[in-house]
Amino acid sequence: MSTDTSLATRSHEENWQPVLELAVEEVFEIMLGCRVKPVSAADNPPNRDFTAMVGLAGALGGIITVCCSAKTASCLAKAMLGAAAESEGEVADALGEICNMVSGNFKNKLSCADDRCMLSVPTVVSGGQYNVHSMASGDSMSTVVLFEDAPVTVTLQLNN
Amino acid sequence: MDKIRALIVDDSSVMRKIVERSLRQAGIELEKVVEASNGAEALAALRDNPVDLILCDINMPVMDGLEFVRQSSTVENAKGVPIVMITTEGSESHVVQALTAGARGYIRKPFTPEQVKEHVLPVLGKKP
Repeated sequence: MSTDTSLATRSHEENWQPVLELAVEEVFEIMLGCRVKPVSAADNPPNRDFTAMVGLAGALGGIITVCCSAKTASCLAKAMLGAAAESEGEVADALGEICNMVSGNFKNKLSCADDRCMLSVPTVVSGGQYNVHSMASGDSMSTVVLFEDAPVTVTLQLNN
Repeated sequence: MDKIRALIVDDSSVMRKIVERSLRQAGIELEKVVEASNGAEALAALRDNPVDLILCDINMPVMDGLEFVRQSSTVENAKGVPIVMITTEGSESHVVQALTAGARGYIRKPFTPEQVKEHVLPVLGKKP
């Protein structure tokens, strides 16, 4: 395949959607002790109390976000730590690490990314009144899983 | 096994706690745990704290894990101390860079306590 094939084209040709889903499932199972499967996004709209973001640069450019409610973020942190988080900062830290591991796990599964794709350190925003405007304006794909019956939405937004 | 002193380097405090817990779950008794949130902090911490094992992330602000491994050889307290990378970076290139710089082991996130045991015990001279 030509190296200048657009990411959007590659994401469709190589069917990255199940790769993203597997990356999410593995992180939840290994780090949170929870088996998850994708559920309907239409039936489980995203809650954006917390959004963690990791940027991708190089051979694979874009951004991966993980968003969920504040309550779910606390539950995720508790599952990771084995005890309740000590602060909102620790909850954000935990969600950022989940996003970081999903991003790394996803790119490690793609032959085109490998060492030619770099990850940023995670950024986490919280609060009720914000929008995330990504400059990565290409194709996107999402997967939604339920953690303690609440949606966790993971989105890959590719650069154009 | 004798109790060991470990330095855990990761920009995530949550991940530092998880790594420490995984060491304990691997049956490694910890006399002391020193934490640092990036490579520069880790170099500074090493100057005052002799340790027996270093576990280090790669992607960190200020100084990344690969640079820390390269520079750690200049710190007296780090000489001969095994370094195991624990990172989301899974490419062969990163593994080679880490091992060439002086790391003795490489664990990819997400990881299980069993993987920690499998990679850490040998560098401590123990059977996993």
